[in-house]
Formats: sequence, structure tokens, C-alpha cells
Amino acid sequence: MPVAPVLVLSSFLFSVGIYGVLARRNAVLVLMSIEVMLNAVNINLVVFNLLLRSISYIGQVFALFVITIAAAELGVGLAIVILIFRNRATVSIDEVNLMKW
Amino acid sequence: MQQVVFGIVAALIVFAAVRLVTTRNLVHGALYLLGVLAGVAILFLLFLAEFVAWVQVLVYIGAVVVLLLFGLMLTRAPIGHMALDSQTRPLAAVVALATFGITSTIVWKAFKGQTIHFSKPDTVNTLGEAIFSRYVLPFEIVSVVLLAALVGAVVLARKEE
Repeated sequence: MPVAPVLVLSSFLFSVGIYGVLARRNAVLVLMSIEVMLNAVNINLVVFNLLLRSISYIGQVFALFVITIAAAELGVGLAIVILIFRNRATVSIDEVNLMKW
Repeated sequence: MQQVVFGIVAALIVFAAVRLVTTRNLVHGALYLLGVLAGVAILFLLFLAEFVAWVQVLVYIGAVVVLLLFGLMLTRAPIGHMALDSQTRPLAAVVALATFGITSTIVWKAFKGQTIHFSKPDTVNTLGEAIFSRYVLPFEIVSVVLLAALVGAVVLARKEE
């Protein structure tokens, strides 16, 4: 099976994630798009592990690390979103501009 | 056989991902995210990464989607196109298309002739041996990071007395 279509699918998924992060206004939807981008990276890691026949399984081990970091990132991100909602009664990213220059 | 399965799953993933970033309903967005994650889990199974596939099902489909749905429910955001999309939508589309064009051209040119050869599936014990012998230090560091994130999330979300 040729490897190029898999990598093109992965880059498509990453680009869709970029679009979601930039175009969406709701903070929870932005977090969802970040998860899509991390999944695109995981596809690449697993496929390269198979393509290079890595005997140390570096690709799969790093995919597991990425999943762990994604879970940690989502936990902290959602806590921040809920804190912003409690203080300002909105989750719109356009309205949270206190630290914007 | 593998190519047919890959084609079907890739179509599912592309459809779900595009609907995820264009849908007007937040809860439907979470369902489309579920579609993307399940499709990626099937791809992991296809590419002989059995353990990663089941971790994907447990952590992403089991925990992350439920956590996101809790976040949606707790912040009861408005439903509607204008409320969900930012003013910078055309610019975002340009950036995303440019990224897709550049990265897909590069990987297509670099990996055009290469093929994957499917051997017998990797068992979980070889992966476990790799994690707990060669990669044991990064593994422990990741566990500390996870613990720190857990404590941080609790401290952030806690009500002040």
C-alpha cells in the first residue's frame, strides 16, 4: 500500500484543525480543533513507525506520549474556559482580549 | 484490501472533520469530533498499532469527548452561525488552504514511490518492553506532567472561598 495518501490525509486533517482554531469563536470548539490537529500528528507517527520498521517502536511510543499530553492540555484548557465563563459570562474568544496588545 | 478499508475510513474522517469546523450546532460538533477520533482509531488498527488504537478509544472517545460535552453544557453557549464563527473566517480559510497545499505537495513528492509492507501485527508485550526499558525515563516524566496538569486543573476550576 502506498504511503503518500496517508500522509496527505494527515496534512488535510492538520489544515482543517488550523482552520477550526482560527475561524471559530467558541473556546470549546477551538479546543476540539486542537485535538484534531494532534490526531493528525499521531497518524503520521504510527505510519512512519510501520514504514521504517522501527524495532524500538519509537513512533508508537511517541503517539502514546502525544495522547497523554493532549489529555493534560485539554484538562487545563477546559478549567481555564470554565473559569473565564464564571468571571465574564462568555466563552467567546473575541471578547477575551484583556491581554491583547 | 487494506487500500479499500483506508479509502472508506479516510472518506469518513474527511467528512466528519469538515463538518466539525462548519457545523452550527455545538453538540453536533462534539459528535463529528467523535467520528474523526473513531476513524483515526480504525486507521491505527489498520497500521498494526493495536495498543495505540485501544488507548485512543479509551482516552479520546471515552474521556476527552465526555469532558468536552461537560464543558459545552457548563458554558451553555449560544447556537447559531454568527455566534460560532469569528470575523476572520476568510483569512483562516486562506491560511488553512495554504498549509494544506504546501505540506501535501512536500509529502507527496518526498514519499511518492514508497510503500508500506504489512507484516504480522506488533504485540502489546513488545511495545510494553520498549516503554519500560528504553523509554522509561520519558514515560515517568510524562506521568509527572499529567499529575501536575491534574492538580492545576483542580486549582483553576475550584471556587475561591
